[in-house]
Amino acid sequence: MTIKFSDVVVGQELPALDLTFTRADLVAYAHASGDLNPIHQDEEFAKSVGLPDVIAHGMLTMGRAIQVVTNWVGDPTAVIDYSVRMTRPVVVPDTAVGSVVRFTGKVAQINDDGTIQVELGAIFGDVKVLGLAKATVRLAQ
Amino acid sequence: MGMNHDMIGHVYPPSQPYLVTAEKISAFVKSLGDTNPAYADGTVAPPTFPIVVTMNAMDAAFHDPALQLDYARLVHSDQRFEYVRPIRVGDELTVSASVEEIKPLGTNEIATFKTEVLSGGELVVTGWSKIVVRGPEA
Repeated sequence: MTIKFSDVVVGQELPALDLTFTRADLVAYAHASGDLNPIHQDEEFAKSVGLPDVIAHGMLTMGRAIQVVTNWVGDPTAVIDYSVRMTRPVVVPDTAVGSVVRFTGKVAQINDDGTIQVELGAIFGDVKVLGLAKATVRLAQ
Repeated sequence: MGMNHDMIGHVYPPSQPYLVTAEKISAFVKSLGDTNPAYADGTVAPPTFPIVVTMNAMDAAFHDPALQLDYARLVHSDQRFEYVRPIRVGDELTVSASVEEIKPLGTNEIATFKTEVLSGGELVVTGWSKIVVRGPEA
């Protein structure tokens, strides 16, 4: 199923995603992205710089939030602009269950040029971990 | 004592070329936990893949003594990507980083770095990374 530009209305909610962050995920992301900062892997180090525990890479959270859009559209290359503010960290304890973040999306604007703007949300417990998160998406006509 | 405002507008030399392989794309997709079938053959990279090259280019700038940036007090606060086209397997990416803005924010300072990602001389994606450098504790 392809989402068509003409089918979309302002205020429409995209299917939400609950995604789990585990320590193993952070290690995998560190190696795939090249961001080996120990605050994302080493509990002792994270605590020594005043963090409650190891925290997820903000860019991992950003990379997951856009999946709300790309899962909905299907084609990830439809995203033509994407921005976020990393407001709070996702704290990741060393447990099998890890931490769950709820990612949401809502159509905020429909533009004359065939694109739409989606506002994204990312909630960890009751804390907003991303702010000002939005993507511009070109949809099939 | 903060960042050197004379560096606003400074453009750093382009980074060394980074060859995008299917393995690198697949490892990145897997680490995001992204199961979108569009990535199955490793030909097209996800929207946040450019950070792999832009962060390295900015790291070089962050450590430039002329910038007078206290790296230990740096937090990455905002990220934006504007895509001309997606990054694809076979791209040889170079990054040109520049200092777009430095300004005070209370006792902190914020700076925006612009990163232009090119392949074969053509612009692929532009990134903007905003950082906060925390000021001394009161």
